[in-house]
Amino acid sequence: MRMNLAQKRYVRRVFVSMASYLLTLSIALHYVGNGHVTGPLAYLLALLPGLSVIGVFWAVGRLLVEEQDEFQRMLLVRQSLVATAFALSIATVWGFLEAVGLVPHVDAYFIAILWFAGLGVGSLVNWLTLGTTGGCR
Amino acid sequence: MNNRLKVLRAERDWSQSDLADRLAVSRQSVNAIETGKYDPSLPLAFRIAELFALPIEDIFTSPTKG
Repeated sequence: MRMNLAQKRYVRRVFVSMASYLLTLSIALHYVGNGHVTGPLAYLLALLPGLSVIGVFWAVGRLLVEEQDEFQRMLLVRQSLVATAFALSIATVWGFLEAVGLVPHVDAYFIAILWFAGLGVGSLVNWLTLGTTGGCR
Repeated sequence: MNNRLKVLRAERDWSQSDLADRLAVSRQSVNAIETGKYDPSLPLAFRIAELFALPIEDIFTSPTKG
């Protein structure tokens, strides 16, 4: 499978973001989670894993801008829209169920996890409707 | 949108990958256009027409006529 330049950049950006996420999460858990650091520095350390995940969202956005193959770009747009609908739908329904005490509380960052899972659902939708999941040449 | 891309490609003995390379798109794009699952943009349609040295309407069938 051949990747074009935009796809290579995307893979590199996601790899850097995820490596940063793992590193900053372990630092935050160790220093903030165990109470070794407090105050403004604790807030900064606790923000870093989230900022790293934002890096993945940015990478997806850049791929949408830089992808020169219009069909591949359309596949990614569809995939992202399905992911967004998937994540927001579950988060909304869960929020109302949680508000009336029918389900336990779930941390907000799970919406990001749902969105990444939604990319998989979007990929499946592309495969079922267009016969390809796209990605590589 | 119906089109003659597969026929034109076969006449030149090009694979989908050959055509994709000439158009600087992915093989999946060529396949999606050939099977009518994806309608190319006007710029890509012009690139295809110029590659085969044919008018666009000789390659793609107008949806109102096809």
